Amino acid sequence: MFALIAAEAAIFTIFVVAYLFYVGKSLTGPVPNDVLNAPMFYTICLLSSSLTIHVAAKALGRGKVRGFGMWWFLTIALGGTFIYGTVSEWHRLIYHDGLTISTNLFGTTYYSLVGLHGFHVVVGLMTLSMVMALAVLGRVKSEHAERVDILSLYWHFVDAVWVVVFTVVYVIGR
Amino acid sequence: MSTDAIVVPRTEPVSRPLVDTLHEWVTTVDHKRLGALYIVYALLFLMIGGIEAGIMRVQLIRPHNDFVSPQVFNRLFTMHGTTMIFFVVMPLVFGFANYLVPLMIGARDMAFPRLNAFSFWLTAFGGLLLYFSLIGANGLYGAGNAPDVGWFAYAPLTSRTFSVGHSTDYWTLALLVSGFGSIGTAINILTTILCMRCPGMILGKMPLFAWLNLVMAGMVVLAISPLTAAQLMLLVDRYLGGHFFDTQAGGSAVVWMHFFWVFGHPEVYVLVIPAFAFVSEIVPVFSRKAIFGYPVMVAATICIGFIGMSVWAHHMFTVGMSSNANSFFVLSTMAIAVPTGIKIFNWLATMWGGKIEFKTPMLFCIGFLFQFLMAGLTGIMLGAAPFDWQLGNSYFVVAHFHYVIVGAILFAIFGAFYYWFPKMSGKMYNETLGRLHFWLFLLGFHLTFDFMHIPGLLGMPRRIYTYEPGRGWDTWNFIVTIGVFFQAFGIVVFVANLMWSYFKGRAAGSDPWDAWTLEWSTTSPPPAYNFVSVPEIKSRRPLWDLKHPDDPDWKYE
Repeated sequence: MFALIAAEAAIFTIFVVAYLFYVGKSLTGPVPNDVLNAPMFYTICLLSSSLTIHVAAKALGRGKVRGFGMWWFLTIALGGTFIYGTVSEWHRLIYHDGLTISTNLFGTTYYSLVGLHGFHVVVGLMTLSMVMALAVLGRVKSEHAERVDILSLYWHFVDAVWVVVFTVVYVIGR
Repeated sequence: MSTDAIVVPRTEPVSRPLVDTLHEWVTTVDHKRLGALYIVYALLFLMIGGIEAGIMRVQLIRPHNDFVSPQVFNRLFTMHGTTMIFFVVMPLVFGFANYLVPLMIGARDMAFPRLNAFSFWLTAFGGLLLYFSLIGANGLYGAGNAPDVGWFAYAPLTSRTFSVGHSTDYWTLALLVSGFGSIGTAINILTTILCMRCPGMILGKMPLFAWLNLVMAGMVVLAISPLTAAQLMLLVDRYLGGHFFDTQAGGSAVVWMHFFWVFGHPEVYVLVIPAFAFVSEIVPVFSRKAIFGYPVMVAATICIGFIGMSVWAHHMFTVGMSSNANSFFVLSTMAIAVPTGIKIFNWLATMWGGKIEFKTPMLFCIGFLFQFLMAGLTGIMLGAAPFDWQLGNSYFVVAHFHYVIVGAILFAIFGAFYYWFPKMSGKMYNETLGRLHFWLFLLGFHLTFDFMHIPGLLGMPRRIYTYEPGRGWDTWNFIVTIGVFFQAFGIVVFVANLMWSYFKGRAAGSDPWDAWTLEWSTTSPPPAYNFVSVPEIKSRRPLWDLKHPDDPDWKYE
């Protein structure tokens, strides 16, 4: 999983470099300053989901399957909220501000970078939901703690990437 | 340590139906079978890529030749480059790593057998996707039927405007798909080496082969991913109307170059480090001496891994960068010569004073040493920015990197073929044919690529489909093309030798070379479970210890 994370990190690095390189190079509007607002609430949701998945994994390690299910569900809910945040932001950008991926360079880099991250969140949510389904069926036991730990590594990675993406897009890029 | 495999009484099942055998191979997750699949697959593509090169050389044999049209010539060099890098050398390297790493570290399989199979099939279908462009790329445009943008596909050639139809899309998707396969295999090799070594095998006692493949896998993880990212951006540009590489909208073509070469140069080391790995195993065995300077070899490899990640823009001196950037990349390029030089001296020191046996694998390794040195020297020449401004994009560059890829990497791979063929097939190859292959290929190689430097120095640019007579290029191009026929004949001898030996060769026994690493302790070919009992080792040469209990290695390490 660490090797996979290294590979993923390299992919994100290239997209981040492209984003930073193209900041302010758009020939036409809209520009980030006009249309982007830092999504504080959804960021807090995603980052706190790192905490909840950690608690969930710990609970499973100690054999508390019910506690695990609860925290795990909370993680999925927080991740889902974050995705809802992205969706509503994109909806506003597309229908209200008229910014699409082909509008200008900002649109291209913004949707690619945030979209790539969103894609990873969705993949993460799908795998988390599979574990949730198994947990509901009573198939997740404490001997699976190691696997759950490895899966949670991926989730932590996705959160950590958001810190970078957030900094790049909403702090430096504006 | 128990190393003798149980002798299973031979109960050959009476001719199983072909469907069963095929089904077994398609669904296999055994690292040895997947390794063999990688290798056979790569050999097929080697033939295809070789034929493409042959057609190009026939076209260039004399000025104003019209053997193929300019459009076809563009497609040929694009397909040749892409095929040889991604679907010949990479699969060969992965095939040998897959086959040998678990055997050498005393494991029963790779860490993730199913991921292994998945990665192989991704690579395989990536290659098919590339060649499906011959049928599918026309689209509705009648726009030509194979990628023709060169193997590094510079923007804006790849934009919708200049590349209508789907040929570039097939190129992109093929590399994307096979790239995922490569990353999967690399993760697998990393995990296998780090987690599955047999008892007693600390990192410092691993065979150099495993060490070098560990570094290679690490580089694949860090180098293929940027390519994947760049291909995703290209797809966004082509299909979603993005502007990453669209200079009309403020995008930059140079950014594509950087992203491509951030992958492209480490890729050279991804290919050459396994070649080092083969040589580091073969040279000691045929010199009858332990490898000279083991810790330094490991350190030099890791050094190459690090520096190799920071030299990419020496492919871009002619693009026009700031003088600071030029200086940095000149210096880092020069710096990489140091660990590489250390390696060459270590191999020479291993041979020094040894009882050298000039068997075919050793011949190829000696060829490797000489040619890799030459390739390194022209590399240093091109690594100096002013010299590169003069000769960038000329045939000198083409000659240089073919010296690396054919003269060094392919020679080492041929050595590896002959060295491990007895282990993989259980049969001995024919030594006379092996030598014939070596001498034919050596002659052809030097005819082609030594003389290719000269038209480059005389100003012949690469990727031209024909040229004017009377520029002093004619004779050289003629000699270069003649060399290709010797190489092709050498390859025919090679394939004939392998086929004939596989069916008719005499049995090789488990250890025909009197070698020292663990793969020779099991039967040839190894059983599905590799080792009857997991071996335990005390030194870097476990089989030496076993054969010489009175004077074991571990007393000195």
